Amino acid sequence: MTIAEKQQQLLDELNLFQDWTERYQYVIDLGKKLSPMAEELQTSDRLIKGCQSQVWLDSTLEGDHVTFLADSDSLITKGMIALFVRVLDGQTPDDILQADMSFIDETGLKEHLAPTRANALSLMATQMKQHALSYSQG
Amino acid sequence: MAFDPHTIRDQFPILSTQVHGKPLVYLDNAATVQKPLQVLESSRTYYEEVNANIHRGTHHLSQKATAAHEAARERIAHHLRASSPDEIIFTSGTTDGINLVANILTSQFQEGDEILISALEHHSNIVPWQMLAQRTGARLRVIPVLDGGTLDQEAFRELLSARTKLLALTHVSNAFGTPVPVKDFIKPAREVGALILLDAAQSVAHQAIDLQDLDPDFLVFSGHKIYAPTGIGVLYGKSSILSTLPPWRGGGEMIKEVTYESSTYNDLPFRYEAGTPNIEGAIALAAAFDWLTALDLSAVASHEQTLITEAAAQLAEIPNIHFYGPADRQGALSFNIEGIHPYDLGTLIDQMGVAVRTGHHCCQPLMNRFGITGTVRASFAAYNTSAEVDSLVAAVRQAAQMLS
Ligand SMILES: Cc1ncc(COP(=O)(O)O)c(C=O)c1O
Repeated sequence: MTIAEKQQQLLDELNLFQDWTERYQYVIDLGKKLSPMAEELQTSDRLIKGCQSQVWLDSTLEGDHVTFLADSDSLITKGMIALFVRVLDGQTPDDILQADMSFIDETGLKEHLAPTRANALSLMATQMKQHALSYSQG
Repeated sequence: MAFDPHTIRDQFPILSTQVHGKPLVYLDNAATVQKPLQVLESSRTYYEEVNANIHRGTHHLSQKATAAHEAARERIAHHLRASSPDEIIFTSGTTDGINLVANILTSQFQEGDEILISALEHHSNIVPWQMLAQRTGARLRVIPVLDGGTLDQEAFRELLSARTKLLALTHVSNAFGTPVPVKDFIKPAREVGALILLDAAQSVAHQAIDLQDLDPDFLVFSGHKIYAPTGIGVLYGKSSILSTLPPWRGGGEMIKEVTYESSTYNDLPFRYEAGTPNIEGAIALAAAFDWLTALDLSAVASHEQTLITEAAAQLAEIPNIHFYGPADRQGALSFNIEGIHPYDLGTLIDQMGVAVRTGHHCCQPLMNRFGITGTVRASFAAYNTSAEVDSLVAAVRQAAQMLS
């Protein structure tokens, strides 16, 4: 599936939900399911420091596909990252670089986020693209 | 008679706000408290009928504004039982007051002197002292906190010595609500000759401050935590001490005479109020004191205490919840639920209209001591109700379920 297709699939799923509790529960559950990152990988060079929560991001290049590994001490933040991972994981560096990440605005989740969380989310997307960039140059 | 919060809620228009389609339950009062109409009206009347710059005009309005500003100072001095209005310095808030004191004390410190603070302090009662220590070679020492969230008095007595030049202590902890028995600290500190500063930011809205009884050398607080606007605060300083200390900020109002060669400084309190002050803020702060005193502060405090006790009892039924601070906490109730990030809990209960504070509460060293990055803190004011406690508990329950 292409990134755009995966984004659409995600939006379709989220649109099934009537109220914020269900949407949040969905995100939280995604967070719970995201495979945890080994503690020894949670180092400062992989850390994206947010205002109240911390995010660790790592990636590897396998063949021409990028695999992302991410974690957070906040379950909601982790769920949000899981949305990104689901969309970008296993794609090529070039496709990741070209991906339009504004799909997150259509999820209806952003209205519920404190500005600090929304910022962290944008930062997250930027970081994932940075990883892709390092592979496409390297 | 018991205090009924419903009698005052309509004086707070903001309390009828809807948040995410739900009625606002405002429990972030330790951060800042909402303002009653009486206070808002005092600001408005000031601008509609009095506004002029003070202490410098011969015209009618200027005299009226000056009189109103100085009358506010007198009323505040009276409410706090200061010996004289000259001991009430208007500042922009707690942080401003502490920085003022830390700066004018610079020449009093030398290498080897010690500044004693406690592990419960807000960053604003840590950093200015750290900066003073760096300027002078003095050393910052910290009274440790016990697991129950109270201060270790035994360790305090061991830390005290002839080197202790200053004790800067919070009256009530903003992070945990711990009421500090400040008199138990003031007396021994006096005996070694230390100066004493109390941070009353979290106590002033919940207990009557009696300066004659507490007898600190300095006491600071912010207006916005006692039903007055932001941008106004008070530094109380004993005139016998302040009159021996140098000025800090230079400018208008604080001088008697200025030549290019030198200036002579004004008397207290004006010496420490350089520039046009927050005139309207001072007037509104006095109005807030009047308003709160008329309600009967001790009845309000026992009402708040009842809410905190109710909240703690109901929340205690949630599995794996952990409270910080002692049972007689004042103003605030701080907790964590095992395995749940406070930020997540705060985010979800905000969706249900409940406003609390999450995070380190400007007390990172204290959080480190307890091995946590933050807590959830519900904090109470006169207008909070039992029904709001129920809303808080229901919201926390639902959020905890969603997150576990
Ligand atoms: C105990 C304590 N000290 C100091 C402060 C700082 O007050 P302000 O930011 O109004 O200067 C606060 C406010 O959060 C506080 O709770």
